[in-house]
Amino acid sequence: MKLRTAKRHFREGIKNIFRNGWMTVASVGAVTTTLILVGAFLALMLNLNQMADNIEDDVEIKVLIDLTANETQIKSLGEQIKKIDEVDTVSFSSKEEELENLIESMGEEGKSWKLFKQDNPLNHAYIVKATDPLDTVDIADKIKDFDAVQEVSYGKDVVQKLFQFNEYARTIGLVLIVGLVFTAIFLISNTIKITIMARSKEIGIMKLVGATNGFIRWPFFIEGMLLGVLGAIIPIAIIISGYYYLENTLSKQISFSFVEILPFNPFAWQLSLIILAIGAFIGMWGSIMSVRKFLKV
Amino acid sequence: MIHMKDVYKTYANGVTALNGINIDIDQGEFVYIVGPSGAGKSTFIKLMYREVKPTQGSIVINNTDMSDLKEKKVPFLRRNIGVIFQDFKLLPKLSVYENVAFALEVIEESPRNIRKRVMDVLELVGLKNKARFIPDELSGGEQQRVSIARAIVNHPKIVIADEPTGNLDPDTSWGIMQVFEEINSKGTTIIMATHSKHIVNTIKKRVIAVEDGLIVRDEHRGEYGYEA
Ligand SMILES: Nc1ncnc2c1ncn2[C@@H]1O[C@H](COP(=O)(O)OP(=O)(O)OP(=O)(O)O)[C@@H](O)[C@H]1O
Ligand SMILES: [Mg+2]
Repeated sequence: MKLRTAKRHFREGIKNIFRNGWMTVASVGAVTTTLILVGAFLALMLNLNQMADNIEDDVEIKVLIDLTANETQIKSLGEQIKKIDEVDTVSFSSKEEELENLIESMGEEGKSWKLFKQDNPLNHAYIVKATDPLDTVDIADKIKDFDAVQEVSYGKDVVQKLFQFNEYARTIGLVLIVGLVFTAIFLISNTIKITIMARSKEIGIMKLVGATNGFIRWPFFIEGMLLGVLGAIIPIAIIISGYYYLENTLSKQISFSFVEILPFNPFAWQLSLIILAIGAFIGMWGSIMSVRKFLKV
Repeated sequence: MIHMKDVYKTYANGVTALNGINIDIDQGEFVYIVGPSGAGKSTFIKLMYREVKPTQGSIVINNTDMSDLKEKKVPFLRRNIGVIFQDFKLLPKLSVYENVAFALEVIEESPRNIRKRVMDVLELVGLKNKARFIPDELSGGEQQRVSIARAIVNHPKIVIADEPTGNLDPDTSWGIMQVFEEINSKGTTIIMATHSKHIVNTIKKRVIAVEDGLIVRDEHRGEYGYEA
């Protein structure tokens, strides 16, 4: 295709938007509605996901080492753990460090524990992190059978329930978003189909005058893309102002201080870009779907 | 150039429009197609640019066998054939200028050439001052002239005209016939279905008469042969 033809298709695509008047408004309206839904949903999902990730990342396995174990045994235990495929990091924490941590975490109360500094009753420990937090349970089970291990702990119940919840939340979210996008494509392709149906006679004429399918398709393609982009404007405005407002309100509300949402910058901008891309995609896809069957003249 | 052998056409509704057509038309000829309404003239013409496919028989245009022609190649065949449709087939949302320019845009002419050639041809058919009008704002005869302009603007090898003067007053009709004769003298084949006894009997050319889907007469420098 020559550059001037590409320019011509672009010009025609833009002109069609004006030529089609009310149909354009209808298509853009359909895109706008769906993108607002998709946008709100994406924002919610991505934030939930982020929170879940944060919690998952905090999950670690603590391996208490047998009090009777000597230095070589401790070392070889460390090597063994490292060799497990799913393990990401292993760090040694001596019983002195363990006590420090304990005292620190107990605050005021912890001060009394300082007495134990002379005669530390705690174990040395390995802190293990899985590459994928979902493997935590498996790893813990394997470590349990190693020598010189007294106890393996990882907050069993909590972890398992959490993982399950996250899994569900992700799957459901994904299904909903894919469903929404497809509904949107269906809506757009239907609206565009109506505009094209009104123009099926014109398409027939164009073909009789010697236009190839590609030549006819391109302006529709560009028109669809522009409809999608136009339809993204209002949703993006809503996302940016809405998210800005939300972030401000949440940060002021102490009762919500544990809810840490993704920061406005860059998240709101990224989300806007995604919405823009989805809009353009929906528009292009919709126009391709609907123009296809009118080209057989 | 145009060659048909034992061509039959039965439409989907069962109407048989052509009943065994045999014809040869050479490059540079000027041919009238005459015959009563419903005889099959338009169907005959539509076969040439593949708006209609024959039920049976072989058609060769510009040395291309139409039965071998891939769907993808059809647009390229049509670019060599300028068609003036009986019902004009103008793009309703495009201006006169844009309608004519369309035939040049599909062959990727340069914008400057498009501008010049469109304005020239609009001048030729007397519509230069209505270039910005859309078809709905034109009279029937004016629409017909836009259709003519679009058909000849890219200098096709063949011009096919289905009653090109049907909506024109005598003066404009003669003007259009003059245009046809001129491009014919430069080597373009002209095939024209018409009901105008006056034109056929005045500008003498080859006459092919179609009745009930058959060619019943084929004469050089022929007469219209029907009562007007
Ligand atoms: N698309 C179609 N579907 C079914 N039948 C058709 C179709 N087009 C034409 N016919 C039939 O084929 C026959 C020939 O029609 P055609 O249009 O070729 O006649 P014509 O000679 O051009 O007539 P006119 O002088 O009135 O234009 C007619 O009986 C008509 O009803
Ligand atoms: Mg006819």
